[in-house]
Amino acid sequence: MAPAEAVSPSTLSERPSLLRAGVLSPLLFIAAFALLPLVVAGGDGAFLLTIAARIMIFALAALSLDLILGYGAMVSFGHAAFIGIGAYVIGISAEHFLEDLALTLPLALFICAAFGLLMGAVSVRTSGIQFIMITLALSQMAYFGATSLARYGGDDGLTLWSRSTVFGSSILENDVAFYYAVVVALALCYGLCALIVRSRFGRVLSGIRQSDKRMSALGYPVDRYRLVAFVIAGAICGVSGVLLANLTEFVSPAYMSWGRSADLIIILVIGGIGRLHGALWGALILLGLEDAIPFVFKDVLAPLFPADGESIGASLHAASLTIAQNWKVVLGPILILVALYARGGIVGVFSTRKDGS
Amino acid sequence: MDMTLLLVQLLNGLQLGVLLFLVAAGLTLVFGIMDFINLAHGVQYMLGAYLGVVFFGATGNVLLTIPLVLLGSFIIAVVLEHLVFRRLYRADHLSQVLATVGILLFVTELIEIIFGTQLYQLPVPQALDWAIPITDTLQYPVYRIAVIVVGLILAAGLWLAVARTRVGALVRAGASDAPMVAALGVDIERLFLFVFAVGGMLAGFAGLVAAPIVAVESHMGDQILILCFVVIVIGGIGSIQGAFMGALIVAMVDTLGRTFTTDIMKTILAPSAADTVGPALASMLIYLLMAVVLFWRPRGLFPAKG
Repeated sequence: MAPAEAVSPSTLSERPSLLRAGVLSPLLFIAAFALLPLVVAGGDGAFLLTIAARIMIFALAALSLDLILGYGAMVSFGHAAFIGIGAYVIGISAEHFLEDLALTLPLALFICAAFGLLMGAVSVRTSGIQFIMITLALSQMAYFGATSLARYGGDDGLTLWSRSTVFGSSILENDVAFYYAVVVALALCYGLCALIVRSRFGRVLSGIRQSDKRMSALGYPVDRYRLVAFVIAGAICGVSGVLLANLTEFVSPAYMSWGRSADLIIILVIGGIGRLHGALWGALILLGLEDAIPFVFKDVLAPLFPADGESIGASLHAASLTIAQNWKVVLGPILILVALYARGGIVGVFSTRKDGS
Repeated sequence: MDMTLLLVQLLNGLQLGVLLFLVAAGLTLVFGIMDFINLAHGVQYMLGAYLGVVFFGATGNVLLTIPLVLLGSFIIAVVLEHLVFRRLYRADHLSQVLATVGILLFVTELIEIIFGTQLYQLPVPQALDWAIPITDTLQYPVYRIAVIVVGLILAAGLWLAVARTRVGALVRAGASDAPMVAALGVDIERLFLFVFAVGGMLAGFAGLVAAPIVAVESHMGDQILILCFVVIVIGGIGSIQGAFMGALIVAMVDTLGRTFTTDIMKTILAPSAADTVGPALASMLIYLLMAVVLFWRPRGLFPAKG
């Protein structure tokens, strides 16, 4: 399919310099996360590894969203449903003493793909705000469906008694082993997405984003391509649900709330849409800020000022602690500034060339 | 089915419907005219309730509280428009989502810092603090009836303003084709600001009248926001009439659904199964409705654009 690239001037994002950045940037990300356990062994290390694993899991979910949002212009406002469904497959299977990933992972992929087929079947014919609202509606139905599972915890969620086994071995009980399982899962899914995007299928999808009328006139079954992309993205996102359930050893309807779906969109907007590696850096920034802001205000700024007395210092101390607790008061303005001044996301800011998408 | 219960639930549905309409009216106009997704609109509703708590606490007078809350909501909307929204009208939807979620987080947390996490409630105004007997054993609070009446009057006024006045004609023209209105020499930026401020004021008023009925807390706008998106999508984006019908439909389906779904399910399912399925199905009903409407009428029941 090499000639196709030469004759399509509109795919500016595929220029050589960006292509190199598109390979280097994810390699850098995954290498950094793979090296982390070697650097932060012991003590606070376990805590940091949990944060890092969470970042990778949400990066994986956002990555799958980028496949349909960035490359297919399908703005799904319900993508977190797949995180929840993947997690619930693990939770419900565990309740029935089915704990081995050899069985539960394919099961999760299958159920997420099936839900993707359902969600896609009613949504891919629409576009714009209608698409956003239909995906929101279906994910809200999944959310309320989960809250009604009284047998499996209902509103309160479901606690797992142990992590999944792999072919009978409970190797994932080791935190570092589990961490590397997340790294490998992210790397594999990233590779898969990169292959899909560069394949003939991915190019058709990109073509549909640019002009569905043109692609339709060229004889491509537009809706069927969009539907297949939606199903693939749902299944990949299911992997992140499987991992999240194992990380927290807890499953709850909150995993598929509309706020979570908005988080995934925000990750992509912060990182950069339609570039795959934008999802990685966006997740690092959003989830990193979630922990960094309270840390900075509680453990760095607050100790700078005296804790008691009537001075200005004491009130600054108290203010720092308050902000550390209500850290979103800092996150909000950061998001606004990104929306106003960093169009194209963080990857866009750092890439040398401006491109049209 | 018990007729009295049905009547009470119909009134409850009507009351929720007019509240939803007051919030959704601004949302649908801002969306329809400026093509702007405002996830921070629920914040205006929440702030209206808190302004009510503050101003009533300061003055102790209902008749003074109402204009103060309206003025406060108006000013907040104008400030938000100037600081953030104005720069995003031409941006894509995703940047708008990001910025308005940023506002939502900032304002919600700021309110939590100032007021804490405890629940507040406004007292029901004394003149309205009594109940009409419906049957020998059942009464219905007059305050809720007053909310319905005021809501209906406002809805009628708003419909008249949009359908019969010059500004209303501009608003309708803007919802149908904003660039053309600008090309005809109308100061579209000022029209945007006006629509935005009035929408914010209506949402703030909805928050104020809801404050004696529901608990005032910093997340009270989140749930109503999603309901309002369902309302405007069902009704047709940009249409006041659509927002009104959508609000009534959503409120009725939701209220009656929560009351009667389990009983209806019991006629076809075993009681224990119905007790599980019923509440879940009741919560899903409005989303099911929205998906069905979007599937058959993608532009809503009363589309604004010609």
